[in-house]
Amino acid sequence: MSRSIALLICLVGGLTMLVSPFLPMATGWANDVTDWFNILAAMAFVLGGGSLLKVQLMRLSARGPGWGYSAVTLLAFAVTLWVGLGKVGVVADPSAPMVPWSGKPDDEGSAFWWIYLYVMTPITSTLFAVLAFYVASAAFRAFRAKNLEATLLLATAFVILLGRTFAGVVLTGWLPDWASGLRLENLAVTIMDVFNTAGNRAIIIGIALGVASTGIRLLLGLDRSYLGGDA
Amino acid sequence: MVLGADASFLNPDKVLLLVVLAATCVCIVGSMLAARAGSVPRIRRIAGLEAVEEAVGRATEMGRPILFVPGIQDMDNPMTVAGITVLSRVAGTAAQYDATLDVPVSRSLVMQAARESVQAAALQAGQPDWYDPERIRYITDEQFGYAAYAAGAMARDKPAACFYMGCFFAESLILAENGNAIGAIQIAGTAETAQLPFFVASCDYTLIGEEFFAASAYLSGAPDQLGTLRGQDIAKALIALALAGGVVMATIEVFSPATAAESPVEVAP
Repeated sequence: MSRSIALLICLVGGLTMLVSPFLPMATGWANDVTDWFNILAAMAFVLGGGSLLKVQLMRLSARGPGWGYSAVTLLAFAVTLWVGLGKVGVVADPSAPMVPWSGKPDDEGSAFWWIYLYVMTPITSTLFAVLAFYVASAAFRAFRAKNLEATLLLATAFVILLGRTFAGVVLTGWLPDWASGLRLENLAVTIMDVFNTAGNRAIIIGIALGVASTGIRLLLGLDRSYLGGDA
Repeated sequence: MVLGADASFLNPDKVLLLVVLAATCVCIVGSMLAARAGSVPRIRRIAGLEAVEEAVGRATEMGRPILFVPGIQDMDNPMTVAGITVLSRVAGTAAQYDATLDVPVSRSLVMQAARESVQAAALQAGQPDWYDPERIRYITDEQFGYAAYAAGAMARDKPAACFYMGCFFAESLILAENGNAIGAIQIAGTAETAQLPFFVASCDYTLIGEEFFAASAYLSGAPDQLGTLRGQDIAKALIALALAGGVVMATIEVFSPATAAESPVEVAP
């Protein structure tokens, strides 16, 4: 019974989203469905937060390997929740200056804003910066000329790399105008605009059809694995 | 009743899109009905999906866990739904082999869906006690916070098999390179074209775009689901024909005398 209700909700929500771009009168319905989803996701966050707390508390009480990380996680969770819900350091909104909590929790100057700007942002930036090294190691592995395809990939990557830097201009800038298409910077543009775009579009068309096919399978209830049904 | 711009019933800017969508739906549903009637298409072997059992078996033999990452988007993303479908298959195989399956998620709704799916897979495999909800846990919605956890979990637990199935962004390479560093067998699937090269470079198998969405039908083996894949191919052939026709017509237009007269080639002084 519960699975039938879930399928019905999926059908109604999916059909609403499907027709909304085509029927002007249905545009508002799509927004309503999106709002329902957001409300559901917000409610589900309680489950997620509960799961996080449970797992970390269990690890902390068991004093297993890495229990110190669990303590840091729980402390960070509690502090952020407290400054966010308690609106610590929030300045009153000009429209209601008599109400000290009328400002938003992430307004400039609030404790929540401070944590985000001076703790969260540097940490995420650091992790993002590490990507440069991962790209280098992945490229080193991918560009080994083991066979014809890998050699072509290596050569193409070399042209793009040189064409996107001043080295390309220095190396092939001497080519006359009638052969300007062979200059590395122009070759790089041609590879990206023609070969890369063509390949990308082919993949995107396949993806679009795959999404349509998946959508039909879900709407018709053929694929119920996301509900715990048959795969 | 005439449907048109004046009636304001149908968005006039989207009529062509509606026609294309309707044609695609007709192809897919028609093929599905044909498959149900007995005309089941033969699907080519998808190496990435065939390797699922090999990866789970390897983890079982080595006595190490399996890590499944269902992307960082919520259940409103079709890639996440496709990822949960593959998870159900991986969980079924892991339950049969009694292997440990870890599923860290970055969205609460995905956690619930993944739990339902894994529990059902364990039941179908005849191993209801194998299911442990604490193994499917919420980490954080924050992209790099989640990536940091997954990378840390790989370094600590050294999973023998890593699956990345869903929607990924910049964290894709962090996950795949860490998995590569610990020597895990890695199978990825996504429709994010910008992340595909990273997965191809770092993973053993990658489901590219439509292969990822075909996984559900491929793994189920159900005739009507397989039929939808044939419908997809028919729609793709029609799109290819339309593209070829468009290229020919555009080329003819460029070289036609009328176009040449309208926009003569400017001669530099």
